[in-house]
Amino acid sequence: MDNILSILIFFPAIAGMLGFVVDKNSAKAYGVSVAAIELLLSLWLWVLYDGANAGMQFSEFIPVISEFGIAYNVGVDGISIFIVIMASLMTLLGMISLDSDLKKMKNMIISLLFLEMTMVGVFLSLDAILFYIFWELSLVPMLYIIGAWGGPTRVYAAVKFFLYTFAGSLIMLVGLLAMAYLFQVESGIWSFNLLDWYTLKLTDNEQFWLFLAFFAGFAIKVPMFPFHTWLPHAHGQAPTIGSVILAAVLLKMGTYGFVRFSLPILPDASVEFTPFIMALSLIMVVYTAMVAFAQKDMKQVIAYSSVSHMGIIMIGVFAMNAEGLGGSVFLMLSHGIVSGALFFLVGVIYERTGTKYMSEFGGLATVMPVYATIFGVMLMASVGLPLTIGFVGEFLVLLGFYKVSVIGTIIAGSTIIIGSIYMLALFKKSFFGPVTNEKNYGLKDLNSKELTVLIPLVLLVVWLGVYPKPVLGPIDNSVKALLVQMEDHAQSESTKEAIIVSKKEVK
Amino acid sequence: MFIDPKSITMDVLNLTTLMPMLIAIVGGLIILTIDLIKEHIHKSLYVMLTILILIIDLGATLGLTYGANEKGFFDVILMDGIAVLSQVIILVASILFIPLALTSKRFHEYSYPEFFALFLFMIAGFQFMVSSDNLILIFIGIETASLSLYTLIALHNRHNSFEAAVKYFTMGALAAAFFSMGVAVFYGISGSLELYQIADAIQTRMAEPGIMILLLGGAGLLLTAFAFKLSLFPFHTWAPDVYEGASAPLAGYMSIVPKLAAFVVSMRIFEMFISLNIEWVQTMIIALAVITMTISNLMALVQEDVKRMLAYSSISHAGFVMVAIALATEKANVGVFLYYALFMFTNLGAFAMLWVSRHKSRIHHARYDHPYEKFSGMIRIMPMGAVVMALFMLSLAGVPPFSVFWGKIYLMSATVDAGYIWLAIVMGLNSALAAYYYLKLIVYMFLKAPISETNQETVYYNVSKPLLTILGFTVFVTVASVFYVNPLIQYITMMVKATNFGM
Repeated sequence: MDNILSILIFFPAIAGMLGFVVDKNSAKAYGVSVAAIELLLSLWLWVLYDGANAGMQFSEFIPVISEFGIAYNVGVDGISIFIVIMASLMTLLGMISLDSDLKKMKNMIISLLFLEMTMVGVFLSLDAILFYIFWELSLVPMLYIIGAWGGPTRVYAAVKFFLYTFAGSLIMLVGLLAMAYLFQVESGIWSFNLLDWYTLKLTDNEQFWLFLAFFAGFAIKVPMFPFHTWLPHAHGQAPTIGSVILAAVLLKMGTYGFVRFSLPILPDASVEFTPFIMALSLIMVVYTAMVAFAQKDMKQVIAYSSVSHMGIIMIGVFAMNAEGLGGSVFLMLSHGIVSGALFFLVGVIYERTGTKYMSEFGGLATVMPVYATIFGVMLMASVGLPLTIGFVGEFLVLLGFYKVSVIGTIIAGSTIIIGSIYMLALFKKSFFGPVTNEKNYGLKDLNSKELTVLIPLVLLVVWLGVYPKPVLGPIDNSVKALLVQMEDHAQSESTKEAIIVSKKEVK
Repeated sequence: MFIDPKSITMDVLNLTTLMPMLIAIVGGLIILTIDLIKEHIHKSLYVMLTILILIIDLGATLGLTYGANEKGFFDVILMDGIAVLSQVIILVASILFIPLALTSKRFHEYSYPEFFALFLFMIAGFQFMVSSDNLILIFIGIETASLSLYTLIALHNRHNSFEAAVKYFTMGALAAAFFSMGVAVFYGISGSLELYQIADAIQTRMAEPGIMILLLGGAGLLLTAFAFKLSLFPFHTWAPDVYEGASAPLAGYMSIVPKLAAFVVSMRIFEMFISLNIEWVQTMIIALAVITMTISNLMALVQEDVKRMLAYSSISHAGFVMVAIALATEKANVGVFLYYALFMFTNLGAFAMLWVSRHKSRIHHARYDHPYEKFSGMIRIMPMGAVVMALFMLSLAGVPPFSVFWGKIYLMSATVDAGYIWLAIVMGLNSALAAYYYLKLIVYMFLKAPISETNQETVYYNVSKPLLTILGFTVFVTVASVFYVNPLIQYITMMVKATNFGM
């Protein structure tokens, strides 16, 4: 199956179109089966994938607008493969978790299927315009999901989400067009092929401005401090499924963009901007952790903690060594799984009580022991307890960052402490002690549907926490290849040094 | 060049270059004659006849040789690449427009054959306008087309249609005055009305003291005239009122065809200055373009009526395209045609959606025909209609991979290539600004509850099979754009290359 990537991208879209015909009472069953097939296909991709080969695999190249150098060009490497698998897993679990008497279920299923196409497409695209198409298209279903099933100010939140990211990505688009132009000047042909762009040597000045243009698109998506203000609104208003997909997959597009575009295409500027990005990331990590501590709403705590962890991913990406970069790619996965699971868990209690305020809860552990246990596990994974999935990525990132800046590592490491403070405070307020709210006595523990969603995530958290090698191996390979490529491509000596120092120690 | 009256032969006249316009004019006359012979003929006959005439016209246009910059009819007609290309676009837009007359409800204007005759005369006017480099013939073309257009608007037979027509007429007269004064200045400079001779004369007289003042006056007057025609800020104020007064399809038509024709003429006139390295013309056009797209986007944000919003949106699209005139590169010129060829389907589709839901009286709002509230909750009343309209809005906003996106990136890319990165960023941010008001309609359609008096009957009020066919076709073209953009770019590039812009 050489064209498995195309199948992965377009299968959900075709299923979404056919979904219009499916009867509305069987829409959920249809969605779950389609998403399950998609997950199986993505696992099949993992089986076929050659972990020892660091380069792009299963590449497909079809010229579409040859006059302008735009092609349908996809490929997968160790960095993208697991994100794709995670995206299809989270979509499947999200579909399962849907309340079966949700209003307009069919529209939800169709939106999710189209969203899945765009998510998979973003991570598999090797053509800048194709990437941009999926990147922008992903906004549309999400706009609808937040706007149609969200909380009271959902429309405001949805439109803010759309416009904020749309504005950023249009600046990024100018960057992409400038990049193509520079490539055309250099080589005489138009090309938006990323692999072509990797070979292009740009001057410092060009790299500086291009980096800023890309930064505008990616940083808003991550979201980097101070461009994060859309996210709490979006999470606050989004339905559970929206928050899960947003936190687990859509935010990763930003960090993935940095890994796939900024670092390899603009190595010198990336190194030059490292202190700036590091400063922003550290502020983001510490500041949002503190804001999370001050929240009364359980979902907002999770939302801010999710932003805080995105900061750690950013630190790892710009550590420019195999540990840091590999760790942050791994952290993208673990963050997706853990924050996704936490949003599912908040959704469970919200569905039962209609509130997300921690003050309404207390002593939930006595009423819902299984729920409390799973919540506890995910919480620990989120703060990075050893032997959970969160630990592996965070440790690697901090290890990588340690080689760059010791003080920075101490500051970033402090988030583990702040993180555990607010997470444990959340846990204490909501789960321990006597049941403070009488209404909560009658709460039912997790039902079989919720267990179906959460148990796989718990298993993953423990499995990859104890034995991350099957995933970490291919990631490490591709990350090293990326760093080598960056180093070859870099022009100034200081850049080469910044990358090489840490690389020697890897070998 | 003076031609001795005795030596006129058919070869000199080269009447084939005149064929497309003649077909449209004769077609209009045929329709009038039919009305003389037999009265009370159903409008569908006129519609079909008009389509057939336009198809013959299209065939004649496609059959023209354009490579040699052929001249005809006492050398005033110039058939070059962009002349043929823009005529093709104009004719395709007209063929798409005219079936929109076949509504299920009866509207006054279409029962008169004059409507169709005037429509064909207008097309002939546009065809003259784009296929000449003689300023007098361009002027005649503009006026023929405009006078017919004013009448077509007024035929809608409503209080604010008359207002719109009179307003448009007054503004048009003003523009005509500016145009003729500008032409007079250039006649003074060069003693000629042919653009290439004017270019030569300016070239040789460039060093003379005081010539710049004359050029400033002349170019300023012409720019003002075209700013009126293209509804650029601050000469755009007529546009929303006129669009509101005109029937929805005609408003959609007005945002495409007259603009494209005016762009072709601006391309011929202003790119001459830019290629003569007269930089302030370029600066002036860029300033106009930037201000136009920003102001009209801001104005569109506060509109309560979808049609007025679309009117401001098409002003902003015109501002966007105006950037290409300032760049004056081959790629930018290709971008203009690509943009309008793609924008045409989407915009006409969006206006056709308004037309489908048009009532004879205003049942939703005392002042507006198409307030946003009318569309609220449309997804529950008519899901297909809502999805179609949403696709048009996303395309207009420049969301990939729908059609207008390709026009946008092509123009932005041309801007980047010319070294105006800041301008490309301004264009990008303006698209983001514009996304807000397109989204507003999507929010109303998808995320709000329907108001009580809307139901399928009221929204689908005016629908008929021909309208649905046109809508289906425009949606298909909007969505499937990725598959034909490449040949389209190739064709347009070929045509633009076959033009030498009077140099």
